[in-house]
Amino acid sequence: MVATPSTPHARPRSRGRVASGIGEGGRAYWLYLLPGGLLFLGVIVVPFVMNLGLSFAKWPGVGELTWVGLDNYTELFADDAFWASFRNSIAMIVAMVIAPTVIGLLLAAVLFDVIGKRFGGRSASALRAMYYLPQIVPVAVAGIVWGWILRPENGALNRLLEAVGLGDLAQNWLGDPDTALPSVMAIMVWVQIGYPVVIFMAALQRVDPELYEAAEIDGAGWFRRFRAITLPQIRPETFVVTLTCTIAALKVFGPIFVLTRGGPGNATNVPSYFAYQNFFEKARVGYGAAVATMLTLIIVVLSIAFIRVQAASERKERG
Amino acid sequence: MTALESTPTVAGPPAGAARPAGRRRDRHHRGALRWIVLAAVVAGAVVMLFPFGILVLNAFKSPAEYSTSGPLSLPTEIYTSGMVDFWNRVNFGQKLWNSFFIAGSVAVLGVLISLFNAYALGIGRVKGRLSIVVLFLMANMLPQETLIYPLYYIAKEIGLYNTQLAVIIIFTVIQSAFGTYLLASVFGTFPKEVLEAAALDGASKWQTLWRVVFPISRPTLSVLLIFFFIWTWNEFFIPLIFLISNDNQTVPVALGVLEGDRLMDATTTSAAALLGVVPAIVFFLIFQRTLARGITAGAVK
Repeated sequence: MVATPSTPHARPRSRGRVASGIGEGGRAYWLYLLPGGLLFLGVIVVPFVMNLGLSFAKWPGVGELTWVGLDNYTELFADDAFWASFRNSIAMIVAMVIAPTVIGLLLAAVLFDVIGKRFGGRSASALRAMYYLPQIVPVAVAGIVWGWILRPENGALNRLLEAVGLGDLAQNWLGDPDTALPSVMAIMVWVQIGYPVVIFMAALQRVDPELYEAAEIDGAGWFRRFRAITLPQIRPETFVVTLTCTIAALKVFGPIFVLTRGGPGNATNVPSYFAYQNFFEKARVGYGAAVATMLTLIIVVLSIAFIRVQAASERKERG
Repeated sequence: MTALESTPTVAGPPAGAARPAGRRRDRHHRGALRWIVLAAVVAGAVVMLFPFGILVLNAFKSPAEYSTSGPLSLPTEIYTSGMVDFWNRVNFGQKLWNSFFIAGSVAVLGVLISLFNAYALGIGRVKGRLSIVVLFLMANMLPQETLIYPLYYIAKEIGLYNTQLAVIIIFTVIQSAFGTYLLASVFGTFPKEVLEAAALDGASKWQTLWRVVFPISRPTLSVLLIFFFIWTWNEFFIPLIFLISNDNQTVPVALGVLEGDRLMDATTTSAAALLGVVPAIVFFLIFQRTLARGITAGAVK
């Protein structure tokens, strides 16, 4: 997506004006940061600091605010609902990072060098578009579609199971504490899968085909080529996909709101929904702020760790 | 059957005399295998599309027919009054316009702010630019929950709560945080000669921005514009908090609130969900090529 350095528009310009260009030092450029910087301050920095402050207070949203030091955090660590929400975050990481990345890698490789080469590029891109479709639908709307399919009475999935003679498996998918989380996880796999497929297929295009040809001549089978060439070659993209998907998994809110509202009980509650409940349903603003702060902390620490590991592995590769 | 017979060769025959025969067999076996692979991938794609298919099937079914013959049968007649009723009940046209207005404003303003920021950071190379870029990148990772209550409180205090303007301002900043990061690195490699030529011609910084930098980077800017539009269109959390009155709501919020409250029967829900899916598919078809370019460009910096 680099802007193509084409020839400049060599329009005749009025001469004689003072040359005020790059040679003069960068001071005037600060002016261009002013609108964006002020907005950033008001919308990101100030609210962020306020939220951090609120996490050390008790406040119902109106009236008196009492400072309580670390009370919210100590309460948080003893709160089963908080731990349940973070356990469910791990489930979301399985459903939104691990499963889509693994399936996406295999699918992209198959689409690229089996379907693409034997059945033509058009069938490969048509199939890719089908896998990508759930990604373009607003995630809240995707949640509505699935909530509708999984309805216990007369829902499409239960009816389908009955139609193929597996009626015993019919469930109240989202209403039963045992099936609610696996159902949400399956939905998130469906939502997420197209993203790695598209990224990995694009990545494969820049892998030198001679590598594959050489390996094929040496008698390496498809799976061996996949492991020895494909995986190492597209490692940068794999890093980016796992990082962005992990952040998305930790932030997930819309599908939970639409599908289960965190229930039944706390079976599908996640940190972002748990924070929302405390902010807007229970009027426990300080406690909600502490949950949000913990979530932020985890995301920042994970991102830094990810980037470190990536940098280290790149260094190792260069020797 | 051939696949079964020749499985041992998958790992590749060892070197030597066995090789030519092995390769021939391998090619033969791949011939059958490729159809199996194709069938598997197509079956997966059908599973991916199943929800959309079943949705369309039922969006035009009457409630009576749904309760007698269920969600899997083909509708015997095209029943549109469910969808029309829903459209009128929630004033869906207005929701579409709200979404379009908010996403469109954010896209334009977000690109403008990103352009200004990146001009200073990538081309102006102002002092401390690296830490500023990192700051923008961090902002992009923040969960919105960590900003939401203070934003909600501030908006109430200054009278912007329950206005589309508040949502537009917030998303302009959030999207331009990403845009700044991306554009700043693109502008870092901006051809110097072009800028020098502009300076020699006596162009001011403002003129250089609009007559040189802007036209040359237009392809990148249009990708950003489309992405900001679609991302904002799909947003749920912040609009849910900020847009409480019906007249202000966006498409995902209007649908999400109704479904979250379980207020709709099965056929109305499918009609409503279809109305939420259609604009997304329309955008996808219109912007397909730009999107493909953008998604992959985002991944490799």
